[in-house]
Amino acid sequence: MDFRGSDPTDSGTISAGSSFDTIDTGSSGAVSAGSSSDAIGKGPCGTVLGPRSEDILPTTATSAVKIVIVGGFGVGKTTMVGSVSEIRPLTTEETMTRAGVGVDDNSGVESKTATTVAMDFGRISITDRLVLYLFGTPGQERFWFLWNGLFEGALGAVVLVDTRRLEVSFDVIGRLEERGVPFVVAVNTFPDAPHHPAEELRKALDLPDEVPVVDCDARLRASCRDVLLTLTRYLYALSVPPG
Amino acid sequence: MRTPPRRERGNPEADAGDPERLYVITGGPGGTERAPLDLVTMIVARDEPSPTVQPEQAAILRLCRAPLSVAELSAYLSLPFSAMTVLLTELLATGLVESRAPVVRAALPDRSLLEAVMHGLQRL
Ligand SMILES: Nc1nc2c(ncn2[C@@H]2O[C@H](COP(=O)(O)OP(=O)(O)OP(=O)(O)O)[C@@H](O)[C@H]2O)c(=O)[nH]1
Ligand SMILES: [Mg+2]
Repeated sequence: MDFRGSDPTDSGTISAGSSFDTIDTGSSGAVSAGSSSDAIGKGPCGTVLGPRSEDILPTTATSAVKIVIVGGFGVGKTTMVGSVSEIRPLTTEETMTRAGVGVDDNSGVESKTATTVAMDFGRISITDRLVLYLFGTPGQERFWFLWNGLFEGALGAVVLVDTRRLEVSFDVIGRLEERGVPFVVAVNTFPDAPHHPAEELRKALDLPDEVPVVDCDARLRASCRDVLLTLTRYLYALSVPPG
Repeated sequence: MRTPPRRERGNPEADAGDPERLYVITGGPGGTERAPLDLVTMIVARDEPSPTVQPEQAAILRLCRAPLSVAELSAYLSLPFSAMTVLLTELLATGLVESRAPVVRAALPDRSLLEAVMHGLQRL
């Protein structure tokens, strides 16, 4: 497949959509998971806002790839997604139950608790055919299974670490290794965070020599873009057949 | 300077939770076969909503006049991803929408794909 963009003779099979901002979900509403994101404000009378007109993808945009941003609690995943996304970041939620026998219930009686887990994501249009999605995964990797295929097929991952609390990202690195997802490590530079030499950090995280480790400021678009470029170049290097 | 803590490889956290014990609430009819939809499967409407489709499905059809990922649909409609796949499975079965599977990482990544991503990011 050619991802470099469409030639003008390729009209595609999809009829062009007209521009719109709101959709009527009808009186039933049918909204089960309230979203915490203000990017999707709801209008009066059960209308739901769709993408802003400038965020509507061209009808040719039918190929998508994804990169996941992982890291422990509070390392800056949401910030990074927001910095590079061309749309205001969105949130997809999933609700799960947990059978609570003998876990938080001393009586041993089966109890079920529902938990809602949110994941924010953003989007970058690469060409008029290809769209890149970035998912800021939940910090606790035991929730990753909720979104089937979150890692399967992802091009790769960015592991964000905060040097004040390196250990909160240990488990996610282990999980990526188990799943064979290629990743780079981005050190989010918080002002009061200790600065470790790269080699010390690599040793602490037990990373093979080839895994790139870079500094970043998750609040800056250019810095996040450079992290994503580092990941893409790394993936490119991995694609060179050995020998 | 204090040396950083060290990660031990291949020793996932003991309290990582037993995945067997966590369940997704699908909200869908029990036992229904669901279409294999990824978060970034792109969905495009092929038709205008007919008066008979459910309100949520009519909303999907209006949103998908231009391509949208399943994740975006889930966000705009404030529906969990799993509930969205149930609604989309029906729309796919009746041909009201079509889907495009994502380009996934193969054993060896596709170099022309990665080149496109690099060029796209450089323009950011
Ligand atoms: N100084 C500085 N602050 C940052 C940076 N990145 C994030 N922050 C701040 O750190 C806090 C946590 O950032 P989030 O982006 O919410 O982190 P997260 O990983 O999404 O957190 P959880 O989803 O709760 O796990 C916020 O108050 C951010 O403003 C950074 O690069 N530099
Ligand atoms: Mg977050």
